[in-house]
Amino acid sequence: MVPRTEGADHRAYSPGGICRMTEKPVSSFMTAPALKKTPLHALHLEKGARMVPFAGYDMPVQYDGFGVLKEHLHTREHAGLFDVSHMGQALLYSPTIDPATALEKIVPSDIIGLQNGRQRYTLLLNDEGGILDDLMVARLNEHTLLLVVNAACKDKDFAYIRQKIGAVTQLTPLDDRALLALQGPKAEQVLSPFFSGLLEMNFMDVITTAWRDADIYISRSGYTGEDGFEISFPAALADAFTRDLLQEAEVRLIGLGARDSLRLEAGLCLYGHDLDEHASPVSANLKWTVPKRRRNEANFAGAAKIMSELNNSPYILRVGLQPQGKAPIREKTELFDDKGRKVGVVTSGSFGPSVDGPIAMGYVDANLAVTGTILTAMVRGQSLPCTIVDLPFVPHRYKKG
Amino acid sequence: MTRLLFSTDHEYIRLDGDIGTVGITDYAQKALGDVVYVEMPKVGATLTKGGQAGVVESVKSASEIYAPVSGTVSEINAGLADDTGRVNADPLGEAWFFKLRLSNTSELDGLMDEAAYTAYCQGL
Repeated sequence: MVPRTEGADHRAYSPGGICRMTEKPVSSFMTAPALKKTPLHALHLEKGARMVPFAGYDMPVQYDGFGVLKEHLHTREHAGLFDVSHMGQALLYSPTIDPATALEKIVPSDIIGLQNGRQRYTLLLNDEGGILDDLMVARLNEHTLLLVVNAACKDKDFAYIRQKIGAVTQLTPLDDRALLALQGPKAEQVLSPFFSGLLEMNFMDVITTAWRDADIYISRSGYTGEDGFEISFPAALADAFTRDLLQEAEVRLIGLGARDSLRLEAGLCLYGHDLDEHASPVSANLKWTVPKRRRNEANFAGAAKIMSELNNSPYILRVGLQPQGKAPIREKTELFDDKGRKVGVVTSGSFGPSVDGPIAMGYVDANLAVTGTILTAMVRGQSLPCTIVDLPFVPHRYKKG
Repeated sequence: MTRLLFSTDHEYIRLDGDIGTVGITDYAQKALGDVVYVEMPKVGATLTKGGQAGVVESVKSASEIYAPVSGTVSEINAGLADDTGRVNADPLGEAWFFKLRLSNTSELDGLMDEAAYTAYCQGL
């Protein structure tokens, strides 16, 4: 038995033991750079994690005696705790101006209008309107924004942001902070005893609070489609806090494997797969990230290209894909129309444990991107029908006021 | 008396006369993680040693199953497709994939016994 494909995550993490089943470790003359460790690395090993390389970090993909299916379902039913400390956190600060005016040069969303204590999803754009990364922007106060970017992109992102924001705004990476995500219907109940004010928070609210006198940033957000929180901690306290949280019966550590199946069921994009520099906010079906004021101003990177796509419709569009059979349809699988023309490609494909069947998303010709259209995926020489469906596969359960 | 042999691709074959029962090993199911989909060869299909015989997929990856020896498929484990969790629970028992009538028993010489396979896995 040898691996044929490695699923949607292969660039993100090599699939654990499978690779090693037929491949010897990297030869001694090819010295791979040492993997970085998060502040919870020792805890993962203690809890039986299977560790894999992910974006330069040694990260847990699943935990012994639990596994992707159970971890996924536990998160939907109880509360799953994810170590996402590999992600890039940074403060954007200016003593004299609103740093949002600087950031708006390279993101298409309304950041200036972001209220204190609110967070927004947006896209980092290059001058051609291509997507360099997707990120969360939270406003801590009039002069400070908190950014959270993808691990694999963070060095490049931070260099690009510094190059674009001008001299009066400073970007400070928070390399000494851990980031935890607690996700699932029990998240609020489990976390509330630790911090006051959580019950009043709605989806995308952000607070600054304290734990053992240290500054903690908490947002009500996540990457699973469930209610939940993302908690930014000083690295030195992360292990102690995590152990406290794991005392709660509802809380289990969850690996990157379930993180991927949860986000795909929620219809959320994975950068490097569903989004890249060839995708735009329009083709990625994320045009809601470009509000009216920004369209009128058209003063962000790549605005001309994006306005043209908004006015004329893009050539391709990101859609949800429901395979009609039981076989998963994996990333890079080509899609064909009823005349046998190649009309698209899968960018994420997996098995959805809550859906209890295969699920996928991909890009198809814009004029075919209509719910209900049936396309054919070629898998191992067989034609497998799949239907274009609305995302998400599993309804979001965010707490909205 | 049955004989249990293993391939370097992590299939096993359990021999009973000239019929061999083929599945994936415990090492393979652990490495794959939760199995969610299996694809079998057709009964009557002629398989060549090392040729593709089926597919096994976990949540995150797909792998091919290769025939450990040549032969003709005499039976498949038809119920496995609807209960793929058994591949993780009992890979060497009830979660067998297919049975093969061997066409060249000398090919068995290239397979490993349990002790050799265990040592092989430890070296990976």
